[in-house]
Amino acid sequence: MIKINDLHVTVEDNEILKGINLTIKPGEVHAIMGPNGSGKSTLAKVIAGHPSYEVTKGSIEYTINNQAKDLLELEPDVRSKEGIFLGFQYPIEIPGISNLNFLQESFNEVCEYQGAPKMEEKEFLDFLQPKLEELKMTPAFLYRPVNDGFSGGEKKKNEILQLKILNPRLALLDETDSGLDVDALKVVAGGVNSFKTKFNSTLLITHYQRLLNYIEPDFVHILSCGKIVESGDKSLALKVEEKGYDWLA
Amino acid sequence: MSSEKEFKIEDRLEQEYKYGFETDIEVEEFPKGLNEDVIKLISQKKNEPQWLLDYRLKAYKHWKTLTPPTWPYCKIPEIDFENLYYFSKPKEKKKYDSLDEVDPELLETFEKLGIPLTEQKRLTGVAVDAVFDSVSLGTTHQEDLEKVGVIFCSFSEAVENHEELVKQYMGTVVPYTDNYYAALNAAVFSDGSFCYIPKGVTCPLDLSTYFRINAKETGQFERTLLVADKGSFVNYLEGCTAPQRDENQLHAAVVELVALDDATINYSTVQNWYSGNKKGEGGIFNFVTKRGKCQGKNSKISWTQVEAGSAITWKYPSCILLGENSVGNFYSVALTNNKMQADTGTKMIHIGKNTRSTIISKGISAHDSQNVYRGLVKIMPSAEGARNFSQCDSMLVGDQCAAHTFPTIDVKNPTAIVEHEASTSKISADQIFYLQSRGMDTEKAVSLIVNGFCREVFKTLPLEFSVEAVKLIEMKLENTVG
Repeated sequence: MIKINDLHVTVEDNEILKGINLTIKPGEVHAIMGPNGSGKSTLAKVIAGHPSYEVTKGSIEYTINNQAKDLLELEPDVRSKEGIFLGFQYPIEIPGISNLNFLQESFNEVCEYQGAPKMEEKEFLDFLQPKLEELKMTPAFLYRPVNDGFSGGEKKKNEILQLKILNPRLALLDETDSGLDVDALKVVAGGVNSFKTKFNSTLLITHYQRLLNYIEPDFVHILSCGKIVESGDKSLALKVEEKGYDWLA
Repeated sequence: MSSEKEFKIEDRLEQEYKYGFETDIEVEEFPKGLNEDVIKLISQKKNEPQWLLDYRLKAYKHWKTLTPPTWPYCKIPEIDFENLYYFSKPKEKKKYDSLDEVDPELLETFEKLGIPLTEQKRLTGVAVDAVFDSVSLGTTHQEDLEKVGVIFCSFSEAVENHEELVKQYMGTVVPYTDNYYAALNAAVFSDGSFCYIPKGVTCPLDLSTYFRINAKETGQFERTLLVADKGSFVNYLEGCTAPQRDENQLHAAVVELVALDDATINYSTVQNWYSGNKKGEGGIFNFVTKRGKCQGKNSKISWTQVEAGSAITWKYPSCILLGENSVGNFYSVALTNNKMQADTGTKMIHIGKNTRSTIISKGISAHDSQNVYRGLVKIMPSAEGARNFSQCDSMLVGDQCAAHTFPTIDVKNPTAIVEHEASTSKISADQIFYLQSRGMDTEKAVSLIVNGFCREVFKTLPLEFSVEAVKLIEMKLENTVG
């Protein structure tokens, strides 16, 4: 699915990632944990193509439908259309555009690129309905401006709704659990779990082991000072929970 | 968030002005400068009746006592009124009997602008009056309009053929004493459009005036007078462009609308005068007085404007709500970029009982531009039960531009209900990235944000114009390299 090779990234002359190697295969769930400022969010944003980050060395190879692509050559919107989804840690507010309009535009752009038929509003609403119900969102959500005035929990649910609508191959979820109460966390985790198939891969970024009780990862990596310092299975997360990160340094 | 990306968004606002070409044509001009002789000459040239010459001279005399307004939030360079030509017209026959006689060069100009005037192209369903420099070139679809009694012609023709109507209404909405530029216009106006919709007639076509400034150092002073008689309905559209020149050009127009009982006028403008270059050199000074009078009961006047051009815009399309239950609307999108300055808004003067008004203003500013909303909502003591709703939203692109809002509310009747909402937002690189990460390219992302912001206004435009307005805004937002 994705192969990250010796990735070095700087932002405003500070090197944040200092040689990341990571391979995610189809169907796998990976979790990245690590202390504040270790570069977790940077990694997710670089994969999605955020323009503020400069890749100084290394490569990211993305394989979809048996075709390998140099991901770093692609514009962020093309990455999205190719099946990469970034769930934002802080979803962006866009006043003046209704959530429905935004979701539909996004869906249709991706459909058009992938050669799937676009949907008119009514059809799209029917398509949305079960997804809203699953995430315990009311239709009123659709008619509010994108993320504008949403609570923290609503914003995160809206991200998962987009995940379900766009149905990508690789989901990068940046601290999707932060700011959620237990009930919302269950709903969001349920949304992520239902995304899991043998074709789809997930990269979870989180501070806490808590999320991993709901979404079980196949692999856990610890990122510290821009490098993956330890990889393992779920037990690694529990170890971090118990001991913190210091023992790794 | 890097400032580099922010800058890139701004680049998208740097589309070259595509109407900047000049038409090479011989013109007839009067000597530069303004005095009674020039005014007499204009009047004489147009075979005007004495009353109109007298009106011009009175206006001129009054104008001389005035000074230009200094209250706009704009830096307006001093204009040397003695160094302007006040009359310029394509040198040709005295009057065109039909458009076929118009110089092909001129027709081509309008063709380039996307305004087809020639016979075979008249299928667009819009009647057009084309004003080139100071003179109306011709009006399309006149026969169709005559059948239902609609008069739509150049102002000069109206003076010749419908003198009584002109005399009855001209200056009743914008008197020459109104302001500096209105007084100047009243003294030297050269042409413009006239329109009369008879009782009970729904105008079968949208009417449109297209203004084009071509000549150098020439002020353009046109006058539009539109009268909708009882129970009539009309959509009126106005478009404007000018060549790209290094010096500024003055455009000081007056538009008067009169709506009698149960009449409706929807007046839409897409203004795309040349706005000067990135350094702020050149461009049109657009100092326009537009006002509508809802004279009759249940009458309705709606102004919709998309202001995307001009170096300086000073313009407040307003409504005087005199008739009982009359309605005034103002919907505006003003986009400024580079060094453009816009001070625009509206006045809603409620006089009659149960009069209602709505103001929706959307300002978008980028680069170093200044975008001002200035509005007045005045409820007179007689305006029992009057209502107003105002919404003024500003959007900033980059951090060098500015948006200002100066709303004035003056309520003299306790039964009135007045609401005002305002907001300011900013297009950020993060918003663009968010939309990109959802499959939209940068252009789509910017246009989604801006169109979302302007939607309430665009939806009030007639379909054809709404498409043009969206395209214009998108063009202004487009990256030159793509």
